[in-house]
Amino acid sequence: MSGPGSAEYSDIQALARFGHGGLKEALFLLLEIADPAAAGDWLNNAPVSSAEWTTPAPETALQVAFTVDGLRALGLDEAMLDGFSEAFIAGMAAEPSRSRRLGDVAHNDPSHWHWGGGPDSVPHLLLMLYARTGQLEARKATLQEDLFNRAFRTVAELPTADHGDREPFGFVDGISQPAIDWERRQTTDLHRRDRYSNLLSLGELLLGYPNEYGQYTRRPLVDPLSDPAARLLPTAEEQPELHDLGRNGSYLVMRQLHQDVAGFWRFVDHQADGDLQQRERLASRMVGRQRDGTPLVAHTTQAIEGIEESGRQADLNQFDFAEDPHGHQCPIGAHIRRSNPRTGDFPPGVTGLLSRLKRIFGFGRRFPDDDLIASTRFHRLLRRGRVYGAPLTPEQALETDASDEPRGLHFICLVANISRQFEFVQNAWTMGCKFAGLPNESDPLLGNRQSLADGQPTDHFSQPDPQGPSRDTQGLPPFITVQGGAYFFMPGIRALRYLAGRAAAKDDSA
Amino acid sequence: MTPQSTFMIIADIANGQLGPLRALLESMNREPGMVDPDNPLFPFARFGRLHVARFLILQALLEDELTTLPDAPPRLLFLGDYDGPADSFIAEMAVLAGPQLRHIFGHCADFIGEPESLVNWMQRHDVKPAANYINWIGRTVTQVHEEEALHRALSGELRRIVQDIGRDDSRAIRQQLLSFVERETAAGHLTLTPPAPTPVEWWLKNRLHKYGVPLLLLLLSPLFLLLSPYLILRLRTLESRDPELVGRPPREHLQELSALEDQDVTNPFSAYGEVKPQAFRRHAVRFFLWLLDYSARHVYNRGYLTRVQTIHFARWVMLDDNRRLLFASNYDGSLESYMDDFINKVAWGLNLVFSNGAGYPSTRWLIKDGAEQEQKFKYFLKRRALPTQVWYKAYPGLTAFDLARNSRIRKGVQVRQDSDAEIRQWLAQIQA
Repeated sequence: MSGPGSAEYSDIQALARFGHGGLKEALFLLLEIADPAAAGDWLNNAPVSSAEWTTPAPETALQVAFTVDGLRALGLDEAMLDGFSEAFIAGMAAEPSRSRRLGDVAHNDPSHWHWGGGPDSVPHLLLMLYARTGQLEARKATLQEDLFNRAFRTVAELPTADHGDREPFGFVDGISQPAIDWERRQTTDLHRRDRYSNLLSLGELLLGYPNEYGQYTRRPLVDPLSDPAARLLPTAEEQPELHDLGRNGSYLVMRQLHQDVAGFWRFVDHQADGDLQQRERLASRMVGRQRDGTPLVAHTTQAIEGIEESGRQADLNQFDFAEDPHGHQCPIGAHIRRSNPRTGDFPPGVTGLLSRLKRIFGFGRRFPDDDLIASTRFHRLLRRGRVYGAPLTPEQALETDASDEPRGLHFICLVANISRQFEFVQNAWTMGCKFAGLPNESDPLLGNRQSLADGQPTDHFSQPDPQGPSRDTQGLPPFITVQGGAYFFMPGIRALRYLAGRAAAKDDSA
Repeated sequence: MTPQSTFMIIADIANGQLGPLRALLESMNREPGMVDPDNPLFPFARFGRLHVARFLILQALLEDELTTLPDAPPRLLFLGDYDGPADSFIAEMAVLAGPQLRHIFGHCADFIGEPESLVNWMQRHDVKPAANYINWIGRTVTQVHEEEALHRALSGELRRIVQDIGRDDSRAIRQQLLSFVERETAAGHLTLTPPAPTPVEWWLKNRLHKYGVPLLLLLLSPLFLLLSPYLILRLRTLESRDPELVGRPPREHLQELSALEDQDVTNPFSAYGEVKPQAFRRHAVRFFLWLLDYSARHVYNRGYLTRVQTIHFARWVMLDDNRRLLFASNYDGSLESYMDDFINKVAWGLNLVFSNGAGYPSTRWLIKDGAEQEQKFKYFLKRRALPTQVWYKAYPGLTAFDLARNSRIRKGVQVRQDSDAEIRQWLAQIQA
């Protein structure tokens, strides 16, 4: 057992630490467990990649994650499952109220999804295969031998594509990621962060470690007296007499987002009356960055914790919105400002005890809307998505015969708390039509354009302007259609072996 | 200025009537969590002074291993917030919806029907909150609707003007907007009713309260000082011993709650639980609610309660001889973001009041820890949350922040800004 001070890389799946950026090919397999014993056997020997640093870099990688149904199929009982989060147990698409909060209504309704939308199409597990260019097919073939074919039935195969560092609309993506405090140097109590900090406690990514509140997120703990096999698992840090099924594991949220690339560029081009510069300007305002990733606001002079101070990351990421409170440079409603508003625990301007006290009691607001957004550090996502479909440049998109083949993003993020992290960001920030006091508009890229309860439309995008009246773009169609999704648990590697053992034991007792 | 008032009618539900009453209340909804404002059973929309209202069945839903009280019978609550001093609204309801209310309250144990007048019965069952929060004292339902109509009209006109003359000359834009409002008002399309005079009696009482309470506190302060060693010792002893009840509530309970949520940008929240059994706790909760009520009345009456700007109305009601506490609020956003606001912005304030509730996550020195233990606090709160059977808000689609913005826009119509910067700020708030 290793004490506080280091993460156990050998027990953590690589995806938590690396995006496998060097492995350009990837395939996501959504599987159902046909034969639990065979599945247990296969999983027990599966070459799942760990987060240890290896030289040379690996040629391929394999990660695995389970839905609650998958864990059930492996033989976890309800008492054990109850240790997982409520959102995970319920699933992404099973309850209308959750769909409402996530914006999965109308054309995004789970009943239209290709997978995960109904009880019969929720997979049991997700296998993620990564390989260097040209090696994926061979890799897949070696995995899918007899035992594999006995163990699993394929629900869906989700191929991915390599668009370099761009997402399908053509913007550089994946720039803003939280830095994880792997060495656990931050204090574990509820450390204050007046300003935006990009450095997150390990417990915001992995279960079994203190989170940003200095607390251990709920997860299944097992008493080895009642289940001797649990000795395989790491011990729970705060309750060493119990073993921790969650430790070094993470929730993995996956959503298949179809992107209407042609629709996006046609809309923007139409708004710009065909003017190339205006088109780029509007598109970049909607996203919050230029297509090459350049942010729309100036760099902060002060360093931001968790963001490197030199190099490409610094160029693209060393900023917050404190100097642009009204959104004159980067609109308040821009996609990247919604999904990561870069706020601290206090609004800008808190310097000493007195100004802090003033703010705590709600006084000293500089503008009516300067304290509306929650503190960002409690709502971060580590993104690991991959794009799919053939790339389409804006110029191609504007041609009348632009291909409308499926393309988009397999959005993937890793979190320790689905409701506080993923669902909050999705609900309050990206889908929220009142985000930061905005008048009835949701995310310009992700919004589902549904009207509010009083019939007010939400299909517009406003760009605040120093001249006074904001520049408003109206009639935005939806650019995104949700076509699948599920909540998975990506276990630590010992937990994976334990689960594999459960499946084998389940079969013995049957 | 028209002050706002509250009512809360509470009565035991008669034996065997819980099921039928539940079904009856459900019939007011178009779908779960979404009331039909014109439903025949209680046509909320008919009451032009009513901001928010709810029917709530009050009963402990979960096993409570910490309980020290005999079970309370299930009770029916009908509560709301309205414009005008506290007198006439109950009578108005009896006049406009008498038979309907008789039908509803007919499910209650001591409702005798004809012999007693409905007004008397309701007044007898009206319970005052120990603390009451109003987002903006003096903002009436009429004002909310008029200012929203003003904003929508200005919004369309601003778009037209900008197309016409561009956005550079802010003074000219304002001039055109003001002329537009003048024309629309003259034509009867827009109304901006001037505020009614403040009722003298209310004003006097409010003044007395405003200065009387601090005076009283000042007079009592030597006593507090004298008692403080004992109070601190007592507090710390209790804090080290008080049991927590912070396990995750059963999933069926969570589902029942969330099934009703997020039909509008605003949600109701109802929670109910026992106060810790010691007299110290009963007095502490009364005392802090008294302070809270004071600050809500005289300090936090302009759109924010400390750092929180998302609460329209909230009340804390002591029941059963100060042994139980009901909390009912109307907040913007989803429950998750509401709770995060609580935790990240006012954990200290929640601790002051709710740490006197049985099972609350343990506190230190009254304000530390407690709600800062995020997951425990959320489980505690959801354990005590009740589904709100029927909930009405007179202005769906509008957040408290929207209402404040509309008021600022209206103010800009009536009071001319001097500098170009101020004019631009005003224009920026109008949705273009």
